[in-house]
Amino acid sequence: MKRDASRIDAIAIGASAGGIEAIGMLLQALPSPFVPAILVVLHVPPDRPSAVPQLFGVKCRLPVREALDKEPIEPGTVYIAPPDYHMLVEPECLLSLSKDAPVAFSRPSIDVTFESAAHAYRERLLGIVLTGANSDGASGLATIRREGGRAWVQRPEEALANAMPAAAIEQAGADLILSLADMAQRLAHLRSGRLVAI
Amino acid sequence: MTQARPRRSEFDIELKLLLDAVYLKYQHDFRHYSTASLRRRIEQAMERYETPTLSQLQSRVLREPELFSDMLQYFTVQVSEMFRDPSYFLALRQKVVPMLATYPYVKVWVAGCSTGEEAWSMAIMLREEGLLERTLIYATDINPRALATAQAGIYALDRVAQFSTSYLQAGGKASLSQYYTAAYGNAIFDKSLKSQIVFSDHSLATDNVFSEVELVSCRNVLIYFDRELQARAIKLFHDALAPRGFLGIGSKETLRFSPHAAAFEEYVGPERIYRKR
Repeated sequence: MKRDASRIDAIAIGASAGGIEAIGMLLQALPSPFVPAILVVLHVPPDRPSAVPQLFGVKCRLPVREALDKEPIEPGTVYIAPPDYHMLVEPECLLSLSKDAPVAFSRPSIDVTFESAAHAYRERLLGIVLTGANSDGASGLATIRREGGRAWVQRPEEALANAMPAAAIEQAGADLILSLADMAQRLAHLRSGRLVAI
Repeated sequence: MTQARPRRSEFDIELKLLLDAVYLKYQHDFRHYSTASLRRRIEQAMERYETPTLSQLQSRVLREPELFSDMLQYFTVQVSEMFRDPSYFLALRQKVVPMLATYPYVKVWVAGCSTGEEAWSMAIMLREEGLLERTLIYATDINPRALATAQAGIYALDRVAQFSTSYLQAGGKASLSQYYTAAYGNAIFDKSLKSQIVFSDHSLATDNVFSEVELVSCRNVLIYFDRELQARAIKLFHDALAPRGFLGIGSKETLRFSPHAAAFEEYVGPERIYRKR
């Protein structure tokens, strides 16, 4: 039970097909002020500016921004990975972007963000894998767990595309497998960054 | 808050040692590269060279110069396209070139040119604007293999369809095919464009200013540097630029977090084109 008393500094969320609705639902539930920073990776087409930050911005009480290179990560702020860049976390908790090759055809790649965030935040990170039709995020979620962080996965039966949450559960396992509604409620309880057993 | 605990893993320690070793042995300075993406690429190198630990890789790097030059591809990222981010080139063409045209002689520096796509794009655009004959383009990089590719100006034909689309979106006045001949699956770009390009070895981490220039274009290079090295590079650009010269950086890069931000003003904000104050 002592793990439950630990603090969460950042929440990394990955989604693909069906992700706009799913992430939107979670972001909508977050109260302000909210202590953890939120890093969002959603697979988007590479060749045009993304409308995602604006879209989430109107739904969410917290500031929502597309990530800029070497931007300091601030509490209670939502950062979205820009199209055609990987978004990484530096050890000193700055965001970094890269044009390294796509990973499993994806740039941004959920695995890349999750792994670097796992190394930077270690046990103070919560990784969340939502709907998607590929297996991105599974190996990154395993790294998060290896570094002592938490893992929540959307119930595959409920996800619009179940491959991604199913792969995450199989490869990484999860601390909790939740419906979106349940997940939204639990996230709202994280406002102070303290994980409380509910 | 959001501070990572200072506990260093074995990997972090070995990575620092590797970068020190590379610097001492080869004078290539990666000590201020962004850790997060470098870590991933070095892990790939360990797989490629089948070394279970980073210390073992370091031992080979120190003793096998061939392996080091091969490994340069893991320290730096060579991805580029011609007319990448066409709106950037369109802004250069419409807003910067007319200013450059007022000079009798123009120098442009494409810093971190990798395999040369941007330098060639720049040459094509300047030719179409009637400026190439009185322009000198310095295209610099630290990777000799990338520079050799840049110098050759030969790119796989299957990439050229994308180049052509971008060329037109960037305000291209003809057809890109006018600038290359196709042979054996390659597009060989017109050598006459190259007569105004000087390809050269230069490191933003260790070298200094080599010429005064009116435009610096350095896109998606700074993202691989930590803040300290970014500051060094931006200072270098500032020192190289003529009064009121222009600086273009990548679309997700910004001068906002730089100690030298005040030395520049936004010129075409969304395209990240700045002007020296």
